[in-house]
Amino acid sequence: MRLWPRKSRLNRLSPYQLLLVLLMTLLAVFMLMPIVFLFNHAFKPMHELFLYPPTFLVRDATWVNFLDLLTVSKSTIVPASRYLFNSLLTSVLTVVAATFISILCAFPLSKHQFKGKTLLFSSILVSLMFAPETVQIPRYYVISSLGIVNTYFAHILPMVALPVIVFLFKQFIDQIPNDLLESARMEGASEFRVFMNIIVPLCIPVVATAAILSFQSAWNNLEASQLFMEDETMKTLPFYVSTLTSGLANSVARQGVAAAAALLMFLPNFIIFLLLQSRVISTMAHSGIK
Amino acid sequence: MMARPELSTALPVAPPQRASLGMRFVQELRRSALSYAFIAPFFIVFLLFIAIPTLAAAILSFTTFNAVEQPRFIGWTNYINLLTQDLVFWKHAIPNTFKFAIIVGPVGYFMSFALAWFICKLPQRLRTYYTLAMYAPSLTAGVAMAVVWLIVFSGDRLGYLNGLLIRLNLIDSPQLWTQDPRYLLTIMMIVSIWSSMGIGFLAMIAGIQNVDTQLYEAGKIDGIKSALQEIWYITIPAMKPQMLFGAIMAVVGTLKAGAISMELSGVNPTPGYSGHLIINHIDDFGFIRFEMGYAATLSVFLLVLVYATSKICMKLFGSRGE
Repeated sequence: MRLWPRKSRLNRLSPYQLLLVLLMTLLAVFMLMPIVFLFNHAFKPMHELFLYPPTFLVRDATWVNFLDLLTVSKSTIVPASRYLFNSLLTSVLTVVAATFISILCAFPLSKHQFKGKTLLFSSILVSLMFAPETVQIPRYYVISSLGIVNTYFAHILPMVALPVIVFLFKQFIDQIPNDLLESARMEGASEFRVFMNIIVPLCIPVVATAAILSFQSAWNNLEASQLFMEDETMKTLPFYVSTLTSGLANSVARQGVAAAAALLMFLPNFIIFLLLQSRVISTMAHSGIK
Repeated sequence: MMARPELSTALPVAPPQRASLGMRFVQELRRSALSYAFIAPFFIVFLLFIAIPTLAAAILSFTTFNAVEQPRFIGWTNYINLLTQDLVFWKHAIPNTFKFAIIVGPVGYFMSFALAWFICKLPQRLRTYYTLAMYAPSLTAGVAMAVVWLIVFSGDRLGYLNGLLIRLNLIDSPQLWTQDPRYLLTIMMIVSIWSSMGIGFLAMIAGIQNVDTQLYEAGKIDGIKSALQEIWYITIPAMKPQMLFGAIMAVVGTLKAGAISMELSGVNPTPGYSGHLIINHIDDFGFIRFEMGYAATLSVFLLVLVYATSKICMKLFGSRGE
């Protein structure tokens, strides 16, 4: 018993909690199954992909799918590393830009009085219900009339307008006491100093949340590559994965590579959430719409 | 009688007041210049990529436009066609979207709340792991998970579902899960529910954790007996704002779904229109037939639908008296 201090801790749970832990574990296993499957499939060597009956877990794990992914590319001259580079570059820039402009916008929305404030906030509230999928066509015309088709700007700029992040920042800044800002102003701090030295440091949990949300939407974004990019070298990883998966239903040969690519899509999202998750929950406490 | 003297005294001062109004406007602008400067970057992208496209869709919906020639104004024709001519829309897109949204929305939402509530009943140490397990599916990208679904639901014996069901003797020949109109919509719903514990779910966990524990103690004194009563009378009222946030995220998420049917079946339109959702209908007209005007009409219809449904949620969960 000494060897297993965890067990003694589990014993401290009430029978009701123990049952709950059991049920939740079952459900968690069910929820994670497709992801575990993806992990295993990505490491399967060719001969295991063809097995009948199909196996869930990998036996001889191999990196060969990842090597194939990085060296071989599907009938085009663009290597997978180029898609990966585009994805990383545009996602990171999107996260930085989206977070920065959202917190900039949320500060006066919460703490200043100015004409049009209520109008702006209510349009942000309404646009929480906005689905970019519905207006892809006019969006394309905006992008093309800005002359940014086929540039990184077309990847970044549309993804930067995330009303939900402004909303989260605004709700969070609302509960920062005004006295704190007032006393800084009394000491002669400019509004920008107040913003940089008080608002930004206090908002770090929301910055974490904003980073996760904007990264996720940018990293998973397929629309920009499909609609706004003509040049193959400007497209991103989701597009590459979609070319790998289209027509996959009939060919087992590419499954391993496609699974490896899919895993590459999932991992960054997962790692970022893992690192920042405790801060996210504390942000969400202020997410309510009153 | 009382108004007259006031009016007459007010008149002489009117012109200077008008001037000061202009002055006040300039002053106001100058005073708020800093606020506007802070807002400007977001406001510009908001305008360019959300407001203008929405407005443009509304305008395009009154035109016929094939992406090559200039849009031509045709009044309400698109809307009339939508209501009277579009058989596929009324026979497939609307019933499918309705079924999909009615199941995925409330089930996903209820599951989010229930799971959030159970997770909060667990000891602090364990909460993180379970939160992560439930949230992880929503971190997956649709395009990437297509790999998994295609293999799991693959139509030959190598498909995992077929393999499993054959071994259990539940079916005797492999089923074409994602190509068969009988199954496609159901599979779409299951996959969507699986990945629906997203941002709304996190908001609910936070909401439940932040309910004042004194409320529960007070509730016990006031005669609350079961856990269900506790949820109904204390937890939900105390976290209404988070419930509303979660509800709106669920509504938007389910009504704008559509990519899923393509990811599963690999084609648009899906076999027998069995997985045809409103978004697929928009894509069909916008990117396959290039009838942009009509596609815009469909977009407007969907946006109005999302907005109306969200309004209903606000009625249900909106905090009264605040």
